[in-house]
Amino acid sequence: MRQLEQWITGIIDPYYLRIIILLGINIIMAMGLNITTGVTGQLSMGHAGFMSLGAYTSAIVTLKLGAPFWAALLAGAAVAAFFGFIIGLPALRLEGDYLAIVTIGFAEIVRVFFLNFEPGGKAVGLSGIPQQTSFTLVMITTIVVIFFTQRLLSSRIGKAMYAIRENEIAAEACGINTTHLKVLSFVLGAFLGGLGGALYAHYMYYISPQDFDFMRSIEILNMVVLGGLGSIPGAILGATILTILPEMLRVVAEYRMLFYGALLVILMIFRPNGLLGNIRLYDLLKPKREREVKPCQS
Amino acid sequence: MLWQQLLNGLTLGSTYALIALGYTMVYGIVQLINFAHGEIYMVGAFVGLFLVITWDVNLGIAMVGAMAVCMVLGVLVERIAYRPLRGKSSRLSPLISALGASIFLSTLMALIAGVNTRRYPAVVDLSSYSLGPIQVSSMQVVILLVSAGLMIGLQFLVRRTRIGKAMRACSQDLDAAALMGINVNRVISYTFAIGSALAAAGGVMVGVYYNAVWPYMGTMAGLKAFAAAVLGGIGSIPGAMLGGLTLGIMEIMGVAYISSSFKDAIAFGILILVLILRPQGILGEKKNKKV
Amino acid sequence: MPVLELQGVSQEFGGLRALDSIDLQVEQNSIFGIIGPNGAGKTTLFNVITGIYPPTEGRLIFQDQPIAALSSHKVARLGIGRTFQNIRLFNRLSVIDNVKVAANWNRSAGLLASLLGLPSYSREQSQSQEKAEALIDMMGLYAKRMEYAQSLSYGEQRRLEIARALAAVPSLLLLDEPAAGMNSSEKLELMDLIWKIRDDMQLTILLVEHDMHLVMNICEQIAVLDYGRKIAEGDPDAIKRDPRVIQSYLGVER
Repeated sequence: MRQLEQWITGIIDPYYLRIIILLGINIIMAMGLNITTGVTGQLSMGHAGFMSLGAYTSAIVTLKLGAPFWAALLAGAAVAAFFGFIIGLPALRLEGDYLAIVTIGFAEIVRVFFLNFEPGGKAVGLSGIPQQTSFTLVMITTIVVIFFTQRLLSSRIGKAMYAIRENEIAAEACGINTTHLKVLSFVLGAFLGGLGGALYAHYMYYISPQDFDFMRSIEILNMVVLGGLGSIPGAILGATILTILPEMLRVVAEYRMLFYGALLVILMIFRPNGLLGNIRLYDLLKPKREREVKPCQS
Repeated sequence: MLWQQLLNGLTLGSTYALIALGYTMVYGIVQLINFAHGEIYMVGAFVGLFLVITWDVNLGIAMVGAMAVCMVLGVLVERIAYRPLRGKSSRLSPLISALGASIFLSTLMALIAGVNTRRYPAVVDLSSYSLGPIQVSSMQVVILLVSAGLMIGLQFLVRRTRIGKAMRACSQDLDAAALMGINVNRVISYTFAIGSALAAAGGVMVGVYYNAVWPYMGTMAGLKAFAAAVLGGIGSIPGAMLGGLTLGIMEIMGVAYISSSFKDAIAFGILILVLILRPQGILGEKKNKKV
Repeated sequence: MPVLELQGVSQEFGGLRALDSIDLQVEQNSIFGIIGPNGAGKTTLFNVITGIYPPTEGRLIFQDQPIAALSSHKVARLGIGRTFQNIRLFNRLSVIDNVKVAANWNRSAGLLASLLGLPSYSREQSQSQEKAEALIDMMGLYAKRMEYAQSLSYGEQRRLEIARALAAVPSLLLLDEPAAGMNSSEKLELMDLIWKIRDDMQLTILLVEHDMHLVMNICEQIAVLDYGRKIAEGDPDAIKRDPRVIQSYLGVER
């Protein structure tokens, strides 16, 4: 694996390498949020909170405990997943909008906690984290995550999660344990958020609470919404666009958030299901003549 | 000490209440968390600042000017970002659109005015008076009196006027109100206008009181005011007032007696607890789910 | 032996008594109709039976088992399927997925089995696929099995809802106004379908319906609700002659 890594770093420009690694991390986190918000329909606006928990936990595990990298990754993801479980519990009693606020509040509390957390370096953050996240590792992890997410979403559990998004009362009436699956969607989303955060920390060398603020949550949410809620190719596309575009727009970096804001409004008005939402391979492969007969969808 | 903190909490709480009213009125009618509301408050603070700096007006005029501008802005935001979505898509879409509008407004202001914190020139005399053991600043008196006045005015508007009755009808049942011949779009525009004006007044006063105005001041204030609205029971106007005051007092007390570094976490901690223990808020009514 | 028994079931919403001590016995393998004017509490009764609202008072017994305290999905897993008055499909799932997702949840492959594609999971997938295709075929929706549920016509959506309810192999099927919005030939088809479901699948059907012709023709037993009370019960002929029913309901409609 090391040789592969050396070979790749030898032929790809470091600048592009960096973008690709960050893209992989973003895809992993978008996959997670897609399960919670895109598939199950539980609006989470605090994904940066899970990322932050994963990043800090893993960084502390490697820095202070000297544990191996894989253990740090696992620990980061597991701690985030545990908090996903805690945050998933109110989801059982709360409807969409209230839940959104709870997730924002959660991420804010996590941020304030790390601002005051002595072992985490308080507001200064942690530096000197060994840069163990390699190109090869990120690529392999991303592919594995996409594979298992695909597996999950095409399984009955995945379809049941979609069913909860579409109509919760009917889902219950079909025997689906909505309570159980809503919490599960939070746990899985948080797990991937934490994993992304852990990879991020071990790539960036330095983390601080500011890296995981509300805007970061919005950035990840944007990836899922832009590509298409509930769609795996959509989340990949969304993550790709929103990772590469800011690099291309670097000259006008100040306008980035302006663009993000306008993008969300325009998307919701013209394509509320995202760029790839509602589009399946099946529809694209259908013969044209048949497609023309099909009644238009609202 | 305790009385002093109580007064400070009441002052902060009445500004939360002013912003919370906008959230609760809009939510009561269209069931939308208007995330851009905090930004309206921020724009209000900037318009006030602009008026004071450019034309050297007094606080009253700055406030009225800010309220007027924000009324228009609030209605515009509703027209552009929410109305096209109303009634046709999932609950998620308007929420995300609101978020987009919020990000857009704060970034736009950052581009126009710069990201640095601006200070208000002295518009009120900042002396304070001793009232027994407590110190009362003149700005605190202004905030308490103006907030009380605006809230009484709002109560009058909602209870006694035609448009107020239409608003209450719409918050009961939007479809039925439309069938009764109420122009729902107009009522919603009025609701946004009134809520925005209250937030703008709050923005100007907070800007002067804390002597700080910056483009991202609306995000945290907005989230906390929403927390206050939920705390009081979303959709309930007295609830928003009560929730705002409660949150302000609790936050100041938390800072005074626990730790100032956890200031922002306190509001959210309270909010999450309330939502879990009593999701309908202090004054809210429990609703049965419709099947 | 009754498959479903209600004993003094009441439901209150903030002082309003939507159901007032209802007693009901639904016999195995029967088609049981519930009629009554709008707001009589028919849909509320369905919601109470399926665990959406726990009843304020009273006992619900399904196949010798108390179900009043159970949550909705547990009631469904015990074998009570239902449709909704205002159709509730999973709009952005395909027709076949709408049915597959409802198939028996009692013995379902777990998360790990699904992620790793263990044999238990593959077996379950192929079984539920076959079963779902058979049900969809029975409802005449086979050609549309890959369409999104939201693109179906109104009548097709109603039939898909029935297919979905049957996917979990219920022993009791609740139909909430199945004929709403149908023309008379569609209603005739629906009647045949209800008979066919009952006979082929050996289940009991409880239905709420406004169409008197349909109710009188297919129901073996009918209960009449008015203002949350049961004012009459009997076979169709008895109901047609019942003076209270004629006064409160039939007389108004005909």
